[in-house]
Amino acid sequence: MAVSKVTVPVPAPESTPSDGLFTRPTWTTGIASWLTTVDHKRLGLLYIFTSFLFMAAASVEAFLIRLQLAVPNNTLLSPDAYNQMFTMHGVTMVFLAIMPLGIGFANYFVPLQIGARDLAFPRLNALGYWIYAAGGAFLYSSFFLGGAPDAGWFAYSPLTSLSNNPGNGTDFYMIGLLVGGIGTLVTAMNLIVTIVSMRAPGMTMMRVPVFTWMMLVTSFLIIFAFPPLTIALLQVIMDRTFGTLFYVPEAGGMPILWQHLFWIFGHPEVYIIVLPAFGVISEVIPTFSRKPLFGYPVVILSGIFIGFMGFAVWSHHMFTTGLGPVVNTAFALTSFVIGIPTGIKIFNWLGTIWGGKVVFTTSMLYAISFLFTFTLGGITGIMLAVPPFDAQAQDSYFVVAHFHYVMGGGALMAFFAGLYYWFPKMSGKLMDERIGKLGFWFLVPGLHLIFFPQHIAGLMGMPRRTQTYVAGIGLELPNLLSTAGTFVMLIGLILLLVNIVHGVLRGKPAGNDPWDARTLEWSVSSPPPHHNFDHQPVVNDRDALWVQKYPESVHGERVPESASEPYDAAGIHLPGQSWYPLFMGLALLVFSYALLFHNFWVVGISLAMVFFFTYAWALEGVGGHHFPAGRRGAGQHSKEGHA
Amino acid sequence: MSAATAATAVAPGMESGHYRSSKLPDIKLLMWVFLASDIMFFGTLIGTYLVYKGRSLTGPYPADVLDIPLTTVSTFVLLMSSFLMVLALHALRGDDIAKFRLWTFGVAFFGAIFLGFQIYEFAHFVDLGLTLQGNLFGTTFYVLTGTHGVHVSIGVIWLLSILIHSYVKPWSSKDEAYLEVAGLYWHFVDIVWIVIFTIVYLVEFV
Repeated sequence: MAVSKVTVPVPAPESTPSDGLFTRPTWTTGIASWLTTVDHKRLGLLYIFTSFLFMAAASVEAFLIRLQLAVPNNTLLSPDAYNQMFTMHGVTMVFLAIMPLGIGFANYFVPLQIGARDLAFPRLNALGYWIYAAGGAFLYSSFFLGGAPDAGWFAYSPLTSLSNNPGNGTDFYMIGLLVGGIGTLVTAMNLIVTIVSMRAPGMTMMRVPVFTWMMLVTSFLIIFAFPPLTIALLQVIMDRTFGTLFYVPEAGGMPILWQHLFWIFGHPEVYIIVLPAFGVISEVIPTFSRKPLFGYPVVILSGIFIGFMGFAVWSHHMFTTGLGPVVNTAFALTSFVIGIPTGIKIFNWLGTIWGGKVVFTTSMLYAISFLFTFTLGGITGIMLAVPPFDAQAQDSYFVVAHFHYVMGGGALMAFFAGLYYWFPKMSGKLMDERIGKLGFWFLVPGLHLIFFPQHIAGLMGMPRRTQTYVAGIGLELPNLLSTAGTFVMLIGLILLLVNIVHGVLRGKPAGNDPWDARTLEWSVSSPPPHHNFDHQPVVNDRDALWVQKYPESVHGERVPESASEPYDAAGIHLPGQSWYPLFMGLALLVFSYALLFHNFWVVGISLAMVFFFTYAWALEGVGGHHFPAGRRGAGQHSKEGHA
Repeated sequence: MSAATAATAVAPGMESGHYRSSKLPDIKLLMWVFLASDIMFFGTLIGTYLVYKGRSLTGPYPADVLDIPLTTVSTFVLLMSSFLMVLALHALRGDDIAKFRLWTFGVAFFGAIFLGFQIYEFAHFVDLGLTLQGNLFGTTFYVLTGTHGVHVSIGVIWLLSILIHSYVKPWSSKDEAYLEVAGLYWHFVDIVWIVIFTIVYLVEFV
């Protein structure tokens, strides 16, 4: 093609000089290359890997909880240990496992789906990861430094006051989430800028892949929902560290304020977790139904509507706190309303499958199980949105069953569908479909065996967060079934891990596009080259890759390769690596420990480090490499970059 | 970077060298998104202040300590600093570097005056018995206005850094986005103060 004739007089690769305090690191292999990486694909893998580590920890905690509850009057876990287990299980799954898993997929695939080279701010992206990793390590070190948080993942005041909870655990929770929240915030801001300003030529907003769209909505939810939590955490930290009175009832403080602030964050958090899952499902189902997504604009708009309404339903977590019938009715109504766009999406996915040539890959099986399980969780959600019913089921295992159907059966199954879908792209290898399907048939039935009996136990009156129960009130069978389910699900999880390892080591080569998929990430090699796209992709329809492959089957037409020419002229710039995201994360880790142990000299030193690294960051220069577009082949750059 | 100029015609969206689907510079968009988020930070703090307004069980109460004339002066100084910010950006856009440096220094200086007023006010209030731990008004007042003070301090340091950098590596109108981002932040912090001044100070005497 004519593309190679574009006159680009830059000899490649040209190193951009750095005017910083230190030169930018250039390792391309080894540990240092991972510690200094700013590549969105590597950071995506780090996010996914780390979230799996934390998910393993949370699974151990869940397993211990279920063993404790297997039989009545069990004494395996003391009440104190039990409190730490259910608190850390919740905190880990929400903040350290499921949410970062979604962010990890976003890191990897948002730039690829919109035809961009990286996120808008690669170092900021690395900072987000290191803060997340530091925050998670900080939280888990609590087990060795005086006990883990034990006031529930919602940490209701006044359970968290110094007089009620004198140990370190609550401080670990407050400081860990405060610092970790900064990482989530910068990542969300980065994603917004990326999706707004780095879409490929021709990719209008209504041509953006649904996963990327849902990450945009999610990012807006994050930037509006995390600040109320951050301030509430700050208030409790101030109360515990400096003796302020925010949540001291004796001085007129109102513990209920914590509940409001927490759920103003907490309910949007549910959608922060589940909207990326909706996005994954909206990629998987069309691909394996071999049909475009049914009602794309409606899926997008209902996602946005969910985002808005997510901020208007928080008090349904507080129906029994005595807000009064008017407030309860209002929040019941908004909670019913938010069920509508969610239901619409379910019908969109069903409509996509309807009449499609469905390919039952493991990924598709997980997506279908998501539809069933999430809908069941949604139905119990609507039940709980009715205040009189909620008053009965409040704080019972019915609620536990409800949100595990939504979070575990919904979001997590969707992300497993995404893992099976995108694994070939990330690793270049195929996972084994037989192991995958076998694992699926343990994992999903196991999940239902764990959580379905909990509906019944809850309706019989079994309370949440209670270490044990007495015999002879009918709770033995549902609890035994539930515990048995954990073993079944565990087999499924092990088979999933086996399949991942097997895939990485022995998997068959995947090729660029093993699923005959629809979006741009499948147009590049697997795994994608460091610079993502040899030529700037130009887009003229939704499902950009599908139109390129099958112009006759859709109303679109192929984009000629020459369309990339004007956009390739400037060449490709790869940003330099940097130590500062990692150093900044470490400085914040020092800050966290210093604040926890009330060592204000070290707090000052750590803030001075943050200050210094901010300048070093700003002044280290652009760095990186610049080379002409149109090179072929993965890995080519990394060899050159080494020289 | 000569590659970009080698292209005969600049395609739409290619003005900055690589393709961008938005006209706004990335850092400016990032600042807008950050400020949107910062609204929620201050919104939560102001909300807490309002929820706890009038709930202090012991004094001193707001009307006992707040000094409207004094804070009006410091508010005016902060407002004027925003005016200087506009002048500084205008000067930089016109490549008038001397004026850009002068006005940028002016913004930082006025910001520092505002901080001086705030330090004086805090010290004075503590003398009057209003402490962080004394009552809910003290708790909410110091945390809200203190957070704002931290924002102003960061702004002052930022502007002084820009000033120093303009001597190290001469600035020109090409760098306007960097100053404009600092300006957006500065104006935002200023607007937040107007809200705080109204809700915490003025409403008390209506």
